Amino acid sequence: MIYEGKKKIWSEYQKDIPDDHYFYARSCIRQMFFTASEQAFLEITRKLMGKDIFETEHHTTCGGIAYHCDAIPQETSMTIIARQFALMKKYGYENFVCSCITSFGLYNETLETWRRFPEVEAKVKEDLWESCHLEFAKPKFLAHTCDLIYKYRERIASMAKYRLVNVKTGRPLRVVEHIGCHYSKMFPSKGFGGAEYPYVLVGMVESWGGEIIDYPERRHCCGFGFRQYFIQSDRGYSLANTYKKFESMEPYEPDMIITNCPGCTYFMDRWQYVIAETQGKTYGGKGHGIPVLTYEEVAGLVLGYDPWDLGLQTHQVGSEPLLDKMGIKYDPAKKYLGVNGKFIGEPEKSPC
Amino acid sequence: MKHANKNIVIIGGGPCGMEAAYRLKNEGMNVILVEKGPSLGGHLACWDRLFPESIKADDLLDILKNNISDVNCFLNTEIIKMNLRNDAYDIELSNGITVLARAVLFATGFDIFPAEKKEEYGYGIYNKVITNKDLEQYFKTGKDERIPANPKNIGFIHCVGSRDEKIGNRQCSKVCCATAVKQACEIKERFPDANVYSFYMDLRMFGRHYEDLYYKAQHECGVRFIRGRVSEISENKEGKLIVKAEDTLMGKPIKITMDLVVLMAGMKNSEAGIKTAGQLAVLRDDDGFFNSEDSFYNLEKSAYRGIFFAGTCLGPKTIPETINEARSAVLSIKEYVESFAND
Repeated sequence: MIYEGKKKIWSEYQKDIPDDHYFYARSCIRQMFFTASEQAFLEITRKLMGKDIFETEHHTTCGGIAYHCDAIPQETSMTIIARQFALMKKYGYENFVCSCITSFGLYNETLETWRRFPEVEAKVKEDLWESCHLEFAKPKFLAHTCDLIYKYRERIASMAKYRLVNVKTGRPLRVVEHIGCHYSKMFPSKGFGGAEYPYVLVGMVESWGGEIIDYPERRHCCGFGFRQYFIQSDRGYSLANTYKKFESMEPYEPDMIITNCPGCTYFMDRWQYVIAETQGKTYGGKGHGIPVLTYEEVAGLVLGYDPWDLGLQTHQVGSEPLLDKMGIKYDPAKKYLGVNGKFIGEPEKSPC
Repeated sequence: MKHANKNIVIIGGGPCGMEAAYRLKNEGMNVILVEKGPSLGGHLACWDRLFPESIKADDLLDILKNNISDVNCFLNTEIIKMNLRNDAYDIELSNGITVLARAVLFATGFDIFPAEKKEEYGYGIYNKVITNKDLEQYFKTGKDERIPANPKNIGFIHCVGSRDEKIGNRQCSKVCCATAVKQACEIKERFPDANVYSFYMDLRMFGRHYEDLYYKAQHECGVRFIRGRVSEISENKEGKLIVKAEDTLMGKPIKITMDLVVLMAGMKNSEAGIKTAGQLAVLRDDDGFFNSEDSFYNLEKSAYRGIFFAGTCLGPKTIPETINEARSAVLSIKEYVESFAND
């Protein structure tokens, strides 16, 4: 591995985005999968960084899942997206930041479609006015929320209470990073670091003290993929991909996995349980899985947020081994207590 | 009769420029050969052996060099300015010399496609990924720390930077297939115990005896040809390369662990040649190579009076084709210069 070669590629894929004043669009699935990630993003950016990140309850899904599953045509998704952008303008913003990788890819695809086919843009403009009476607009800058955390990574490092370092050995934690396909594979120039050796998560991990693992199946699908999960009736297509990745990363003994896509986090977290049940195999040592975290969760841990406030108890793979390695203090008794100490239930094995 | 200006500037000191210089000198022209590099020979000087007969590249280079021992050659020299003035080109060189040339021959050649741009193959990222040019250097010098002492599996990947819309080069580089087959045979001779794989889209063995070379690779050297494009290369913990491809004849994805991968980097028009030609607004085609007056009967002529082309600045070609094109350009230049003498 020639690290300088990677740095050269990274230097060629840098994008200019403002560090403040964004209209924020949530993901339709992340709030269910990783309940506090989006809230952590808002806490970090608004409260700690003092940034102006605006959101409204009037925005909707981008339509990405329906579009990629062929349930709606591109024209429909483009009109939905035009409405999101129109809301951005209505509330006085020029910069758009979204939480979902699928959305980020689809927003880029839509903007590129409009750039190449002005007649399509004109038609969407008409459809938007006819259906919503909203004024058409395009964002001056489009960013994904991981782009902003990447941009703030050194500030986060300077405010860090914990580092991605094993407090017992002093060794940097070994981290697998996994980038959502729709972040930069469609438009390499839209992502920090490009498509083949993306830097956005690597940059965060390096700044926060960790060490990145480059394993053979690094680029391989996480196991989601709209075609193989939603369209195929056999979930084995999905599971086989995840299994292949874990088999490939196993010799490197990763301490954790960080991702920037809702699907990747979900599938790499949940399928570990299925692999453990069906194959009797775990990858994290001592019968544990490898914790799979979103970048907001990792940033939150580094900044000293309570792991249970970050929603780590909703992950399939327990995060305690990681917390112990980082030296993070946590109360095991509070793991399944929600707001106002209310018991939220805890996982139990299905009887069937 | 106007004036007997027989000054001809040749830009580029590769095989094409050298051959043209020799022939123009024999026709009584005053030849000035301008080469941007420190020595003559171009890419030929970096090569060990040439297909299909595996003759030594240095033997051909020596012939070409000896032929022009009495020609004015300016090394480490570039064209600073070039303006048409009264049926001649006023050319300022970076060494301070100014030449009034009746005609200019672009023999600016090609650049090897920068293989690092095909990012998924990891040239410059993974230690054991090299290019066809690197391998020729190894054959020539016997030195390259990236090449292991006893490689078990060696892969050649065709069409790196050729026939690839993703990186913006749609054209076939023409010579890489034969080069890959030649190099596969040579590396098998050097490492007889190694398994040598060749990943190709389709093999374009178009020249005389090329098919014989292909036959030798299969039947004598045991090179395993796999029809399929490599999708990506990664590195495992031991530093070996994991090559993923589709075997389109078997209809299956395959994954092979390699000790060395050689990328057959293709040809693109020379950036230095493009920069020089830019002073005259010389037209280029979609593939980046220069446009001739026409591509059948006046291949060596440009749309500009007194500007001629030869060799790989007009597109990928073999060395024999390049040398023939240089000779053809010489005939046209001679006719052009003589047309002034007859005025």
